Amino acid sequence: MTMTNSLPRVMHGASGRPLSLREHEEAFGTTTVGAALLRELDASGLLGRGGASFTTAKKVELLRSQRGHHKVVVVNAMEGEPVGHKDRTLLSSNPHLVLDGAQYLATMIGARRIEVCVSRKDSTIVHHVQRALHERELRKTGPEFVLQTPPWRYVAGEESALVHWLNDNETMPQYRPNRPHVLHVGRSPALAVNAETSAHVGMIGRFGADWFRELGTPLSPGSTLVSITGAVYRPTVHEVPLGTTLRSILADAGADPDPQAILLGGYGGAWLSAEHQDVAYCNEALLPFGASVGGGIIVVVPKGACGIAETQRIVAWMANESSRQCGPCAFGLPALAQDLRTVLRGSRAPRVVLERLKERCAVIDGRGACRHPDGVVRLVQSALEVFKDDVEGHVNGTPCDGVTSTRHWVAVPALERESELVWE
Amino acid sequence: MSRRIDHFVLKVDPILCDGFGHCHELAPELVHVDEWGYPIINEQPTSSSDLALLKSARLAVRGCPRQALRIERISGPT
Repeated sequence: MTMTNSLPRVMHGASGRPLSLREHEEAFGTTTVGAALLRELDASGLLGRGGASFTTAKKVELLRSQRGHHKVVVVNAMEGEPVGHKDRTLLSSNPHLVLDGAQYLATMIGARRIEVCVSRKDSTIVHHVQRALHERELRKTGPEFVLQTPPWRYVAGEESALVHWLNDNETMPQYRPNRPHVLHVGRSPALAVNAETSAHVGMIGRFGADWFRELGTPLSPGSTLVSITGAVYRPTVHEVPLGTTLRSILADAGADPDPQAILLGGYGGAWLSAEHQDVAYCNEALLPFGASVGGGIIVVVPKGACGIAETQRIVAWMANESSRQCGPCAFGLPALAQDLRTVLRGSRAPRVVLERLKERCAVIDGRGACRHPDGVVRLVQSALEVFKDDVEGHVNGTPCDGVTSTRHWVAVPALERESELVWE
Repeated sequence: MSRRIDHFVLKVDPILCDGFGHCHELAPELVHVDEWGYPIINEQPTSSSDLALLKSARLAVRGCPRQALRIERISGPT
């Protein structure tokens, strides 16, 4: 069976309910590239869709070179970003494609067990995966699948935190001084991949690298899922080829045609001014703007909203979500949130605070065990750059109109105890 | 040129570190502290032939109450 190279790819056959194993095989076929899989994956140049955009083939190669007969594949569908929906959407329409990809990865590295990690918050998705795994169990072939349901937290989706949870029931990132680092579940080397990456592997395993590269750019091949929220007609998950212009992605989603700014990559991502809407949506084009595709998240913020206020709410929430293991993150992020609040309200010598905020950003950057603080710093720095005029207004005592608005555009879960943010 | 391991950097495990600040006291040339008392370590490799610095780095490693520091030997800048 051949697949046309039109979209949707990983969302092919999506009908609002998960495809059963038989429907899945009818839609995608059962032929695989077989032993050429590793070569095809390498040639496809697939980048991980979890946020770091690391080359999947390199990760697989690293795990292949590890010793041990009990390697593990960890499929990460934790989706820590409150505005991200792509893994959930994928698992509620094509769960078997994700599982196929995981199975191919297991064959490549020689793993015997596959842990599928879905946050226990999403009971519907847990149910879908459970059902899909049961269908596979009836076949009595292939590696062993285990469904894991860690609690939902922002950092729980970080791969080392997830593996830590599988080992010790703690969703805390681990310190990895030497990268690339091989994670271990028990004593077994583990390959952690995002659920969407796994689905793409499932497609490459069927149709090969040449087919995969027909969409996308040479450096960022293939298609990707993006979750678009904010000032849009309806929050949706779209599958788009990498390298499409941001403008056309936004137009497809029915977004505000004349927005103020766009948040790219998630809560640890970066703001992009709306005047750069014609940039291609892929890492190499976004790099000059300090942004990246990240976890495939786009939040549209319209004119009239206050970018600083939106950023402050995100930073306060992210500070609360820190696992408080590392000092610079546990103390630094609440300090950033408080400084931003002072700038926002223009109270207590805001210009001094603004300078202090910039210094603190530089001090915190790169000093945590994981990338959580770095992401927040990137967000704050890009906000100060993109909303430069707004910041000036706030500091000079002439805040923008949006600050009094009760309408928020970036969905941030309610903080339980914002007044006690500094942790000791 | 052969790779010679003649430089070192001090590295901290940020999870273990609790901000006692002993490292700053023992090796002020290599370690600064931020406003919360956590170390900011000079990331530039230091030559191992600088025995005074190597000694203070060792003191910092041994003096850390959380044993969060270690000396990593690397080949220097070429």
